[in-house]
Amino acid sequence: MQLARVTGTVVSTRKEQRIEGIKFLLLEKIDAASMGGKKDYVVAMDSVGAGIGEVVFYASGSSSRMTTVTDGKPSDAAIIAIVDSIDVKGERVYQKDQA
Amino acid sequence: MIFAQVVGTVVATRREDGISGAKYLLVEECTHQGESRGRHHVALDVVDAGEGEMVMIAQGSSCRQTSLSERKPVDALICGIVDLVDEQGRIVYRK
Repeated sequence: MQLARVTGTVVSTRKEQRIEGIKFLLLEKIDAASMGGKKDYVVAMDSVGAGIGEVVFYASGSSSRMTTVTDGKPSDAAIIAIVDSIDVKGERVYQKDQA
Repeated sequence: MIFAQVVGTVVATRREDGISGAKYLLVEECTHQGESRGRHHVALDVVDAGEGEMVMIAQGSSCRQTSLSERKPVDALICGIVDLVDEQGRIVYRK
């Protein structure tokens, strides 16, 4: 899975029937070494109710369809968790609501 | 599979993975000799790996082939801890 920050929402009115009602979020991938944005963006289906600014990780490919929200849907990226904290080499590099 | 080194832990209480009893680790891809390659992944740990250890990562649909990850939204899984790598009769990595 890849770490990313929720940077926005994506609205699509005309879309495939089966993905109606699904929330699409704009994610910017994060460099875990610096926790900075990589200017590399992806649209992901949201299965956890993530909000703007939150750090999440998402599953890609067929694995992204293994959630109740994305099951049977044309998804190749799904947010599966909101990150509370990340420790690297014993040091806290990210703490939700403090970054 | 690819080689990676465990560099940290990722804690998430709000998750939709349907998995209990396994943690997520932050891993950094490395060469078979243990040199960092810079690219990070969040991987599900089913072998109880620890920080600093070199591990093997299965990616894509293949990482759903364990009892814990079956039909779960996981695209990177730590499937083994590397003890040593032998390249043409020479040990290039040892735990």
